[in-house]
Amino acid sequence: MGTLDGGQAARLLSVMWSIRLFEERVGQLTRAGEVDGLIHLSIGQEGVAAGVCAQLRDDDHVYSGHRAHGHALAKGASPERVMAELMGRDTGLCRGLGGSMHLVDAEHGFMGATGVVGGNVPLALGSALASRLGGSDAVAVVFFGDGAVQAGHFVETVNLAALWALPLVLVCENNGYAEFTPRSAHTVVERVSDVVAPYGIERATVDGNDVSEVWEAFARFLAAARAGGGPFLLECLTHRVRGHYEGDPGRYREALAEAEWREKDPILRLERQGRAAGWFDEEALGGIAAAAADGVESAVRFARESPFPPAELTGQMVYADG
Amino acid sequence: MAHELPYIAAIVEAIQLEMERDESVLYFGQNMATTENEPFVDAFGKDRVRVTPISETAEIGIAVGAALAGFRPVVELYMAEFMLVAMDQVLNEAPRFRGMSGGQVKVPIVLKAGYGFTAGWAGQHTGTLTGLFMGVPGLKVAVPSTAADAKGLMATAIRDDNPVVYLHHYLLTLEHGEVPDGEHLVPFGEAAVRREGSDVTLVGTGWTVDRALGAAERLAEEGIQAEVIDPRTIAPLDTRTILESVEKTGHLVLVDQATRHASVSTVIAGEVAEHGFGSLEAPIVQVTGLDATIPYSEPLEAYVLPDEDKVVAAVRGVLGTAPVTA
Repeated sequence: MGTLDGGQAARLLSVMWSIRLFEERVGQLTRAGEVDGLIHLSIGQEGVAAGVCAQLRDDDHVYSGHRAHGHALAKGASPERVMAELMGRDTGLCRGLGGSMHLVDAEHGFMGATGVVGGNVPLALGSALASRLGGSDAVAVVFFGDGAVQAGHFVETVNLAALWALPLVLVCENNGYAEFTPRSAHTVVERVSDVVAPYGIERATVDGNDVSEVWEAFARFLAAARAGGGPFLLECLTHRVRGHYEGDPGRYREALAEAEWREKDPILRLERQGRAAGWFDEEALGGIAAAAADGVESAVRFARESPFPPAELTGQMVYADG
Repeated sequence: MAHELPYIAAIVEAIQLEMERDESVLYFGQNMATTENEPFVDAFGKDRVRVTPISETAEIGIAVGAALAGFRPVVELYMAEFMLVAMDQVLNEAPRFRGMSGGQVKVPIVLKAGYGFTAGWAGQHTGTLTGLFMGVPGLKVAVPSTAADAKGLMATAIRDDNPVVYLHHYLLTLEHGEVPDGEHLVPFGEAAVRREGSDVTLVGTGWTVDRALGAAERLAEEGIQAEVIDPRTIAPLDTRTILESVEKTGHLVLVDQATRHASVSTVIAGEVAEHGFGSLEAPIVQVTGLDATIPYSEPLEAYVLPDEDKVVAAVRGVLGTAPVTA
């Protein structure tokens, strides 16, 4: 906890590169028709997933939404099994039945991504309640976008989380767009952290593209939640490089200029910070990116070689027996 | 051994026994557990028994999350309509997780709600919304018609590893019945034959089981022997028992309080038309609620609902003892 050190920075860089290259590859495979279905990429937002999930244990439950690949990977899901899931294969995390928007990796405490904006927020509070009732110091974390904040689920959950003082950390990835709609067109409240102010929830707004800021703010909330505090809200201001979904023509906004994006890019920023701090040299940086690239290609090979699930699986999955 | 209890008390008895048996069972909802003197709080404490704000989405969502984390919550919703403000959680989160996760997780929750309160409660508190729930794979739906089943189906619902919508009929709330002592489990997906008969099969659920039984008594005076079947759960639905009965009687009249196009009777009619056509000696007739919002005015409320007269007339119609007028 506290401020980042060189070892932690290297780990975060590795996680961010893995997500970045994974997402870029998924984008290519979507255009090539190898990944079928509705895909939302998190390129540009890797700093939030990495800064938060790298500090969690397997028994800390994490929930995500439709833009879930990065959160699942950062929480420990195998890239092979996530890629296989996106290709609808039997070896996928969810045996090909969930896909991009519904990733679940219970073994690593990634309890699930839901495709309806905001529907995941009360679920995470359920995990927080379970942790408290079970006498554990595990925390629950839910990722959602600024668009989810205007949904009723959000306020209902914030109210109950505060009333019951449960160990929940609400992590808002505020990328300024609710799907295709700019924040200015759907609310008068600029900061999500201000929305929860009347509930007395401890909250912070940080630059979500600076992974060290995310890390430090989340570390503080995590320690407090483990010690019996909660809930908390961490608003991470970030930038979604791709459209809402792959194929989005993006007519509602201008792309960032290349130079401006290089300033904001959470990976390049951590690399600059690390060079300045003496955490890593060019060779180490190259090694981290190359290892991430190898991991992604290995995931693609694994997915391509995996069979599709058998048809009878659909019937077997309707009810849990016993 | 058995004891006599009102239907509603039988449900409470089941929840109490299950909470004693299994510490992972939680019970929460609006307007409950507000004082230390309430029996459930007294017995199980305020950790396991909780009052909630009027926040159905959060209540049900928390239940789903706690279930994913190993608990067995029972959510007290009072009225089925209150679930309508939380449809994402009821229809699109709770029942989807097992399938979407490829079987990694399960969601053992019970959504307890009353329904069908056609006693002047007008348009928004009287619905028989079974069709909404029974059509979603992954949800189970229990509709007890007797005090004994009210207890046994609740106990089974709590022990089931799937989300269960447990619908208790408000017009049966104070109906007394013999209830088995101690542990009593009624299996899901097994219909009960409430009355045996050879001439016509009547199927009813919840409050319409008694309407069908009343009609059967009157028909017996005319020499017509009606068999009355109560599916008890409509998801899973025991179509086999119904098909076997139709094979014997050759005639089927379905009695359902729901509006016709959202009723379990329409689903049963479809199954029997497809799988039991060879047994049928006359068209299937459905005596359902009319496709209308339940009116407040008492005579109009009665007009849109099934009753014994309508059931008797329908049976006479299918048996050819009176012209079909449906």
